[in-house]
Amino acid sequence: MQRRGAAFWCLLGFTLCVCAFLIVPVGMSMLAGVTVNYQSGIESGFTLRWVMQVWDGYRDTIFRSIGIALACLVCTLVLGVPAAYALARAQSGFARAIEELLVMPVAIPGLATAMALIVTYNTLGHFRTSWTFILVGHVLFTLPFMVRSVLAVMGAIDLKTLEEGAASLGAGFMQRFFTVVLPNCRSGILAGALMVVTLSMGEFNMTWLLHTPLTKTLPVGLADAYASLRLEVGSAYTLVFFVMIVPLLIGIQLAARPLELGTKESRR
Amino acid sequence: MTEAIAPLAIRLERCGKTFPDGTRALDPLDLEIRAGETLVVLGPSGCGKTTALRLIAGLEAPDPGGRVLFDGVDVTAIPIERRRVGLVFQSYALFPNMDVRGNVAYGLRIGGLDKGERDARVDEMLAMMRIESLADRRIDQLSGGQRQRVALARALAVRPRALLLDEPLTALDAKLRDTLRVEIDALLRRLGITSIYVTHDQAEAMALGDRIVVMDHGKVAQIGAPREIYHAPASRFVADFIGTMNRLDGRVENGRFVTAAGAIPWPGAPSGVRQVLFRPESVRLADPASAQLAGTVAAAFFLGDRTRLFVDCGGQSLIAETAERREFARNAPVHLAIDGDALMTLKDSP
Repeated sequence: MQRRGAAFWCLLGFTLCVCAFLIVPVGMSMLAGVTVNYQSGIESGFTLRWVMQVWDGYRDTIFRSIGIALACLVCTLVLGVPAAYALARAQSGFARAIEELLVMPVAIPGLATAMALIVTYNTLGHFRTSWTFILVGHVLFTLPFMVRSVLAVMGAIDLKTLEEGAASLGAGFMQRFFTVVLPNCRSGILAGALMVVTLSMGEFNMTWLLHTPLTKTLPVGLADAYASLRLEVGSAYTLVFFVMIVPLLIGIQLAARPLELGTKESRR
Repeated sequence: MTEAIAPLAIRLERCGKTFPDGTRALDPLDLEIRAGETLVVLGPSGCGKTTALRLIAGLEAPDPGGRVLFDGVDVTAIPIERRRVGLVFQSYALFPNMDVRGNVAYGLRIGGLDKGERDARVDEMLAMMRIESLADRRIDQLSGGQRQRVALARALAVRPRALLLDEPLTALDAKLRDTLRVEIDALLRRLGITSIYVTHDQAEAMALGDRIVVMDHGKVAQIGAPREIYHAPASRFVADFIGTMNRLDGRVENGRFVTAAGAIPWPGAPSGVRQVLFRPESVRLADPASAQLAGTVAAAFFLGDRTRLFVDCGGQSLIAETAERREFARNAPVHLAIDGDALMTLKDSP
């Protein structure tokens, strides 16, 4: 085996340090969530009491967050993919300007967007107190991520010629869109979808202003728990959050896969 | 293909194309494509040849007043998906999300053919293009030549009324281009399908075309059989664009064309001609005794099967080709002879 020089060990050490810096707090927090008394350390023993307490007290926020994230995903798919398609096909400077403007909701602080939403829609009582009010905020915030990642993929393939080829074979607009455009943008749609779901799940700035006591989301609940309950409960909340979101993201990855198989002409 | 399709006659009537930014891509064009013929549209990039093809395909609409007719039926307003024309692109435009079989079957699936018939037709197409072994490959696993075969199979699978090819061989390397050109030629003859073949490559045009349309700056420069275009170019542009052309200034005198470097016998020479054109292959090296023109070698390029000579003839440069195996030194004297029959004149000559 080749002898490794000092540079290799230095780099390895540095990488491990960075990893530890990022991972240790997460591990500590999750560990704190199952420790009887964090002040006295893990010698105090392990318990699922805090996790159960979070489950009992905050279960609704978890499901609400997942619900909002999935609804947000549906909205950004329905709005974002056609928008990206239209932008990719349009050659005009106007389309390029819109593309740039799309990042505005990301650049503007979430608090400002939330304030604007509240000022505008405060009088619509039912809307203001419903979870859909939060959804609107989340869609505003996450839509650019969907459009951008789909647009990037559409820019990389010669969509126009592919569509012309499909059209010459008799495919109308909708057929082309679903058999050629969408399957070939799959990687961009998947990247966008993962981004949208994670951003929506973790969104706090905007949601903190948009929520009502009856429409708390997971991060808002987390802030509550950290502020008003034991550290162990807040940490248990983190643990629950983690356990919920990882399978969800893996699920989205898997859900995107059959698209590829579905368009393959099977053998006799 | 097992069942014959009646070949389609296509007519363009005053089909111009101006793009939204005001660029005139094509002057109003009248063009007749006969049923079953292979028409090659030839010209440099930007001459409007691809625009003409896209008008026929239905990918572009002509400026108001222009009409596209298929067998006498006005199809100007009919979108491409209902024109039943096969398209083959320079970039192949194969669907990366499907395998070879999926690509070839695509048009049949869209057309609602049931699975049994579809499979049979796909197999037939794969066999015709000799790519059966590639049926289950992904598109990114194919070479350029294989991709273009798949593209042809895909376009022909739906039994189009006409086949439109837009620089189909341009992306391939020279050797493959030759092989595939021969194959495409055989295929088009066998199918007897009306085809329009756009290219900037004159060798392709000569080899494939029943007729050639030479285009320049959005206008038709000449329409004719390959031999006609080569041996009787209608304009300076066509003469320069197709092959290599020599031009020689002089004057007609007593049935001879007299130049500073000598005289070429030219029975029946039209009077008043001040310039003649001829191809390098019409020029022979001759003995000093029987020579018509005398000159010196300005440059010589050995091309393997022949040597291309640039000859300085009394201040005018001529290109001659010879199969002689000797070497030609710079400034060596050479003597040339040209048949009077090989001399051409242009109407727009000075």
